[in-house]
Amino acid sequence: MKAKYLIAGALAALMLSGAAQAHRQWMLPSSTTLSGTDSWVTVDAAVSNDLFYFEHFPMRTDGIAVTEPDGTTGKIENAATGKYRSTFDVHLTKPGTYRIANVSTMVMGSYTLNGKQERLPRGTTKANLAQAIPAGATNVQTAEASNRNEIFVTLGAPTTTIFKPTGTGIELVPVTHPNDLVSGETATFQFLLDGKPAADLKVTVIPGGIRYRDALGQMDLATDKDGKLAVKWGAPGMYWLNASTGGGREGGPGGPGGPGVQGGKPQGAPPAPPAGPPQKRASYITTLEVLAP
Amino acid sequence: MQISPKLILSGGAALGATGALAAPVSAQTMTVTVNIPRLSVAEYHRPYVAIWLEKEGAAPRTLAVWYDVDKAKGEGTKWLRDIRQWWRVSGRTMSFPADGVSGATRAPGDQKIAFTAGKGPLGALGPGKYTLVVEAAREVGGRELLRLPFTWPAKPGVAAKAQGSSELGAVSVSFGK
Repeated sequence: MKAKYLIAGALAALMLSGAAQAHRQWMLPSSTTLSGTDSWVTVDAAVSNDLFYFEHFPMRTDGIAVTEPDGTTGKIENAATGKYRSTFDVHLTKPGTYRIANVSTMVMGSYTLNGKQERLPRGTTKANLAQAIPAGATNVQTAEASNRNEIFVTLGAPTTTIFKPTGTGIELVPVTHPNDLVSGETATFQFLLDGKPAADLKVTVIPGGIRYRDALGQMDLATDKDGKLAVKWGAPGMYWLNASTGGGREGGPGGPGGPGVQGGKPQGAPPAPPAGPPQKRASYITTLEVLAP
Repeated sequence: MQISPKLILSGGAALGATGALAAPVSAQTMTVTVNIPRLSVAEYHRPYVAIWLEKEGAAPRTLAVWYDVDKAKGEGTKWLRDIRQWWRVSGRTMSFPADGVSGATRAPGDQKIAFTAGKGPLGALGPGKYTLVVEAAREVGGRELLRLPFTWPAKPGVAAKAQGSSELGAVSVSFGK
């Protein structure tokens, strides 16, 4: 079970890092702001080009974890994976903010064996790293890739218990609560990288509904020295937010920029193989609902 | 005007127990009239309506919320969030049903609701500039919000009016002794 969990996570991570030039991974909740004492949200989860249309690949649901407002672990229900999307439900019975997240950490790297450089296989994690490196390998280089794809839904008034940082990868800390976004207002979020404010982090925000407009409408933003990001919301709707760091080789082939940085490379140019040792990388994705005032 | 939802609730309970008749003779009254338009649509549901007071620098005070109070297991509360602005400023921190505040949805026509200063959800108001806000959201329909500014204490006979265009008709607030 645990191995399956990790592999699924690693696959999701690969999808992010390997195919991120074109594809976008996302979870889309049916609603983010709910009332009453007993509500359900249903979530679509997919990897696609457009937002939020399922036209490419379903996201695996194995690694999706629910954290309830009081910090306890919840569960997803009725999970199903189809050709283009997965779907699952979350039952909300406690007041406050829930996190629905797919978090994974995989290990990338290379080693030299018999004078030839080899890459670590897909699905390598900290747990199976020892088995992945054959006896006699030299010049072992490894780096971690932390990927976090999470959404938030709130029953009643928003709460912040679930935003306690874990110190791994990129994490969002609310200044403005992500379930309290209104068009025409400016929201502020803080981003952490491995628990510390992520200064100058590149963040991309794209409104959904790409299929029905010509311009992508992408906002290219960056965090300030405290890792804080201000986003002024345009029209109400669902927005996809992506932040990532590492992976590229600054000044060398493949860089700058990292996985998921849209527009970081010329259109159609194949990514050049990275030179030098692998770098630690991290990626963050969320879907935010902006309501009309 | 430091008002917490809890205070509103206890105030509401007081209204339920004593009723408006027990108010002192000299107490100021506020009467809100909300016209719910008769709409000729294929599928009509009575709107959910929230009526609340805003004052700069003070917590908004919910006066009335009309929703499907009688649905089993409180299912009517599921759609309260569709009264969007009210939900954000006040509703989401309240618990339902709220004594003296919750009420059943109302039929098309002029709907009158009266409040007495110092009693029930209106409670004691400090002097100042207030805005009465009326927001209506209808299942499979639209949403509309009207704002009526007034100064408290208001002279008897003073009134404020606003005219809705879709989900609300004429809305007025008048004051008396």
